[in-house]
Amino acid sequence: MIQFVLRRLLQVIPVFLGTTLLVYFMVFALPGDPIRALFGDRPPSEAVIAQLRQQYNLDEPFWVQYGLFLKNLFTFNLGVDFTGQPIADTLARVFPVTAMLAIEALIIQGVFGIAFGLVAGLRKGGFFDSTVLVLSLVVIAIPTFVLGFALQLLIGVQLGWAKPTVGSNVTWGSLLLPAVVLGLVSFAYVLRLTRASVIENMNADYVRTATAKGLARRQVVMTHVLRNSLIPVITYLGASLGALMGGAIVTEAIFNVPGVGQKLYQAILRSEGPTVVAIVSVLVLVFVLANLLVDLLYAWLDPRIRYEN
Amino acid sequence: MKTNRTSEHYVAPVEETPLLATDAVKVDDAPLSLWADAWRKLRRRPLFIISAIMITLIIVVAVFPGLFTQVAPDNGCELANSNGAPTEGHPLGFTFQGCDIYSRIIHGTQASLMVGVFSVISVLIIGVTLGALAGFFGGWVDTVIARLGDIFFALPIVLGALVLTQLPLMRENRGVGTVVLVLVVLGWPQMARITRGAVIEVRNADFVTAARSLGVSRIGSLVSHVLPNALAPIIVLATMELGVFIVAEATLSFLGIGMPGSVMSWGNDISAAQASIRTNPAVLLYPATALSITVLSFIMLGDALRDALDPKSRQR
Repeated sequence: MIQFVLRRLLQVIPVFLGTTLLVYFMVFALPGDPIRALFGDRPPSEAVIAQLRQQYNLDEPFWVQYGLFLKNLFTFNLGVDFTGQPIADTLARVFPVTAMLAIEALIIQGVFGIAFGLVAGLRKGGFFDSTVLVLSLVVIAIPTFVLGFALQLLIGVQLGWAKPTVGSNVTWGSLLLPAVVLGLVSFAYVLRLTRASVIENMNADYVRTATAKGLARRQVVMTHVLRNSLIPVITYLGASLGALMGGAIVTEAIFNVPGVGQKLYQAILRSEGPTVVAIVSVLVLVFVLANLLVDLLYAWLDPRIRYEN
Repeated sequence: MKTNRTSEHYVAPVEETPLLATDAVKVDDAPLSLWADAWRKLRRRPLFIISAIMITLIIVVAVFPGLFTQVAPDNGCELANSNGAPTEGHPLGFTFQGCDIYSRIIHGTQASLMVGVFSVISVLIIGVTLGALAGFFGGWVDTVIARLGDIFFALPIVLGALVLTQLPLMRENRGVGTVVLVLVVLGWPQMARITRGAVIEVRNADFVTAARSLGVSRIGSLVSHVLPNALAPIIVLATMELGVFIVAEATLSFLGIGMPGSVMSWGNDISAAQASIRTNPAVLLYPATALSITVLSFIMLGDALRDALDPKSRQR
């Protein structure tokens, strides 16, 4: 077990290096001069620019810049961004917000997706099943930002049930509406995945055995069908956690959530290499750890899966 | 005694036995292939028929927009009509700039559909090639391609789009091609992953071993024996991705890094509609509906194809 975890963590290293290198190179390749862009209409003296360039290592060639970044990273010194704020502080500010949003969205899509999928799968071909199947396709087909605007207008502005935007004062309640928008598309996928998996397991031999030995239907469904159906669903949820953490740019923009997506978007527009790479690095780690957690959950859900030799 | 004997040796009349059905099968006929069987299944599915009709209609609109509207979509916009309600000949009303919404939707079909089609074709070429090589050869080829896919998977779409659209070649002529490039660079790992899985499932089949022992080269057996039998999940994913890419184009436009405003597309119209969403929701609603219906058609087609091509779901 420990060996398996260690091997997986070792595989992170090349992916981590590759991603940071690619991202750093892409920010490096962005057009425009980030230092000159800091100043408005009144250009500063060349000496000031040269000084700032040196301060942020922008006068070095690409490989030296990337090397310095890595060196700083391994000494846990993320440096400061172009406004003089420590990047570590920025990360500590934006990541909890997005984590709250992602967890809320994950719970919504997980709980409702599995529940609806289970009911639909148990009554395959019924009215509930057919309705839910078509509705889930409709949800998948509507772009997130259209859904976001529509719900913001309807629930936030016209009905007044929730605040239309989140703003700086982030609470679990104020994140509910964005979390619903963020979770809806994945909810549809979780539902369809659970349904297909439940239908497959209902025909399995061990389910027939469980029914034949006289177990109550409730017990058959909960312990035999559901637990075995959860494996593909958990895989999907784990992968979607990474997407939720990083892919919330659109939702965060619509509802004005001061999270990772918004910060990343701003940093990219300002060509702030160190900030962008720092955020993406944390995202890669979250992505990899989520997938590792999923693999460990497998063994709990299906005791046949063992990671020793 | 005699009656007993007859009942013991009772022989059912031929009509009551399944023999007729067995005899009806002609042994010399070639068995139905996966594709012919799937086609027979599909023809009877309402989901397939509806989505096929929708997609045909959308393609006709994209190729011949002039058949559906006589109103010019870009010039002829009158600011006097800004955010105007529907009138005679303008069934869906007007945008903020006073352009006819219906006409813009009809003429915007082409760009949105082209992004979807070209992206899917390119993703198929790159993703299937790399995925098939990874799955077929395994070993270090597999490791390198899988890790490469991980790296592109972790890339933020905004950063990729910003950098790629600013490449000197791309900056000169931004348009459908730029968006396609962004979507392909960020979208190929998904296709590669699916292809890899499908190829691994088939590569050790008996008919592949047979072909190899008859002297077919490794690459030859991959191209003519493994890939054709691994196509089903690839086709399903490609159909669904077509819809996903159309949504992605709209999302890029929403973020301001899609096609330039001069190109007429649903994404650009939806993005422009943000400003007047609270005063005139129709500007957002109608292009968004057109987009969603198109995407829904492709996803439904993919869903129907999956049901028809997946032998596991067919038994039930």
